[in-house]
Amino acid sequence: MIDILWAVQDKLGCIDGEAMSLIAEKTGTYRVEVEGVVSFYAFFSSVRKGKIVIRLCDDIVDRHAGVFAVAKSFENTLGIKLGETTPDHWFSLEYTPCIGMCDQAPAALVNDVVVTNLTPAKVKGIVRTLKKTRDPRALVTKTGDGNNGHRLIAAMVKNNIRHTGPVLFDKSPAEAGLKQALTLSPGGVLELVVDSRLRGRGGAGFPTGKKWRYAAAAQAALRYVICNADEGEPGTFKDRVLLTERAQLLIEGMTIAAYAVGAAEGILYLRAEYRYLKAYLEHILARRRSRGLLGDNIMGKAGFHFDIRIQMGAGAYICGEESSLISSCEGKRGEPKNRPPFPVQSGYLGLPTVVNNVETFCCVPPLIARGPKWFTSIGTPHSSGTKLLSVSGDCTRPGVYELPFGVSVQDVLDKAGAKDPAAVLIGGASGDMIGRPEFQRRICFEDLPTAGAITTFSSHRNVLEIANYYMDFFIDESCGYCTPCRVGNVFMKQGLEKIMQGLGEAGDLDYLRELGKTIIATSRCGLGHTSPNPILSSMKSFPLVYSALLNAHPNEFQAGFNIQSALDEARVIAKRRSLIYDVSYGDEE
Amino acid sequence: MRKKRVATVSLAGCFGCHMSLLDMDERILELLQDVEFDRSPLNDLKKFTRRCDLGIIEGGCCNEDNVHTLRDFRNNCDVLVAVGQCAIMGGLPVMRNAIMHSDDPLRECLEEAYCSSPRVYNPSNQIPNDPALPLLLDKVYTCVDVVKIDYQIPGCPPSGDVLWATLSALVRNEPIDLPYDMVKYD
Ligand SMILES: Cc1cc2nc3c(=O)[nH]c(=O)nc-3n(C[C@H](O)[C@H](O)[C@H](O)COP(=O)(O)O)c2cc1C
Ligand code: SF4
Ligand code: SF4
Ligand code: FES
Repeated sequence: MIDILWAVQDKLGCIDGEAMSLIAEKTGTYRVEVEGVVSFYAFFSSVRKGKIVIRLCDDIVDRHAGVFAVAKSFENTLGIKLGETTPDHWFSLEYTPCIGMCDQAPAALVNDVVVTNLTPAKVKGIVRTLKKTRDPRALVTKTGDGNNGHRLIAAMVKNNIRHTGPVLFDKSPAEAGLKQALTLSPGGVLELVVDSRLRGRGGAGFPTGKKWRYAAAAQAALRYVICNADEGEPGTFKDRVLLTERAQLLIEGMTIAAYAVGAAEGILYLRAEYRYLKAYLEHILARRRSRGLLGDNIMGKAGFHFDIRIQMGAGAYICGEESSLISSCEGKRGEPKNRPPFPVQSGYLGLPTVVNNVETFCCVPPLIARGPKWFTSIGTPHSSGTKLLSVSGDCTRPGVYELPFGVSVQDVLDKAGAKDPAAVLIGGASGDMIGRPEFQRRICFEDLPTAGAITTFSSHRNVLEIANYYMDFFIDESCGYCTPCRVGNVFMKQGLEKIMQGLGEAGDLDYLRELGKTIIATSRCGLGHTSPNPILSSMKSFPLVYSALLNAHPNEFQAGFNIQSALDEARVIAKRRSLIYDVSYGDEE
Repeated sequence: MRKKRVATVSLAGCFGCHMSLLDMDERILELLQDVEFDRSPLNDLKKFTRRCDLGIIEGGCCNEDNVHTLRDFRNNCDVLVAVGQCAIMGGLPVMRNAIMHSDDPLRECLEEAYCSSPRVYNPSNQIPNDPALPLLLDKVYTCVDVVKIDYQIPGCPPSGDVLWATLSALVRNEPIDLPYDMVKYD
């Protein structure tokens, strides 16, 4: 379904009512089903967009890098406002959350083409080129390093690999892991993965070996292996680099997983923002098929069949959550599913499914080739191996760093050349914001877990503004299924804004704490379990910033209520002033 | 011990909560042994004569006069109790807040109520606008939106029994016992 919708959106610039009816008819479903899916995803639109859609990342990192000036410049040169389409239906301009280019912000997507390091001055040239050529590809005059220069990618994106570690950038010969795995029984492979204590790199850190064992043990005729390349967490861009530079390794890892759990089919779920990598990844898959590394009897192993298809996402953070991702692969709205049953029991199409992050799969081949002993010798007791970190924000060397687990935040900041770091967000929007006294803490599952995002903020930045942006992000990205998350996040934001306006009182902090606790305890999925974090963790790490903004209101009136603004509308309608609240009448107040 | 002074008022409510207050029946005589009423529609006193211990509020705020009165209560009472759905959540009046996707929700509401609704007979097509009418607020606010509220007694209206149990415990400063039967709603 998602593939059909993409084709229609690309062709018509929209999926209008007529198209929806037709799709429903041809696929034997109801129009409302199709409409539900279309309205769910940010990259689908029921009203006609321009042939060229410019999506500017307005994440806080880009804001600090000057995206508003860039946006103004786009508005002026195109003659439209954000959210609008030019009358000739050539250009649309809009904001989008993080597109995974935080290390080269401000960045934008022009259809599938990524443009980075934008400035207001560059915008004029961009629009001129687009008007002349009508082809976003013409914007890429100089391609980035490594495979970004590959003819099937041809992107100006830079890898910014600042530090290579022993696992992901291991120098073992290609396919050594897969070769080794195929000499063992599937159970033998499972054992190695369990012994290595590999944990998921997508955020939750679930032991990978355990997950695979559950899936292998589930009774079913068919099993699935899915790679989560949705990378939606703001500030995370390490999977982008792995997909560009380590695609062979990733597919090798997925193939080993398939062998271990007995899966015959796999899916690579690629976020819409990374569509520029799709042709290249298809090419890698095709090459592996022709070399007997995918398809039937892989590497001559009789009876081991496995192949992978790529599923495009369509712009929804929640689709990174594994059960939403599965819904999305099934062509539905990307809403989470109730659990249990867990995906390993009943996932894609009700079949046992292993979902792992890109980096998790990439760890597997070297781990098999070199053995669990080697793997557990790196990192800490409960977090073996290395972590690929995406560092961005106020630093001189933003980019990806492969470092062993247990590295301290301060070490990372030093390596990245953080400028006067005062606050660091570990783990993106859903992570924790910490201050200077905590920079000695270590990055590992025992202390500060992260899916990879390290966002640094200098002492010039306002932590409340940062928290406020991320609340906006969660409000936009909440799937809306359950009330604590859909409504609670809005209340959290209102509470924060009240404090930011200087109208807050001590009780408001307790209110935010309580509300945050309720949202975490009662939400249905991981989004609601983490959405209050930006506020809660910044309250914990920066109590003085919050308390400095509080005021006491001794008369016990609510500071948040403003009688003057509440009366404005009525004054206009009645064409008179208030007998009570307009001072010139000589009354009180 | 001096008698507790109690004030009551109906803001944007229907007076149903005050009627329920009278549903305490003869127990009100018992209550009067410990309590004297100051400003209240029950005795038609329109201004506070002295500071009160307890203020009972029915209804939320839909116009400037409601706000003014509520703040007056906050200034003159030690403890404020919001009684009934209107005071706590806005009740029926708050339905006008559902007109939220309009640039001018108040005007839309008034036009619907006085002009455009098919059942309206209003040949002059005017919206009431006597200078003596208090100005409406942009939307309906609950009591706790406007001032701090110490206790809430839910219900539409709360039954005479609930009011009796809670208010008598409050004025006597005793812990409250609310049996399940009294607070279950069906
Ligand atoms: C709201 C939300 C967003 C998520 N986004 C991602 C994501 O972008 N990429 C990812 O790998 N995992 C993401 N996850 C975690 C997945 O649900 C899942 O735990 C992970 O893909 C499992 O793989 P792993 O064990 O290899 O980490 C997200 C979880 C939640 C709750
Ligand atoms: S917590 Fe939020 S994202 Fe998750 S199911 Fe509920 S509404 Fe949807
Ligand atoms: S709560 Fe019910 S009874 Fe009380 S004022 Fe409102 S509508 Fe009337
Ligand atoms: S691309 Fe803008 S913050 Fe990630």
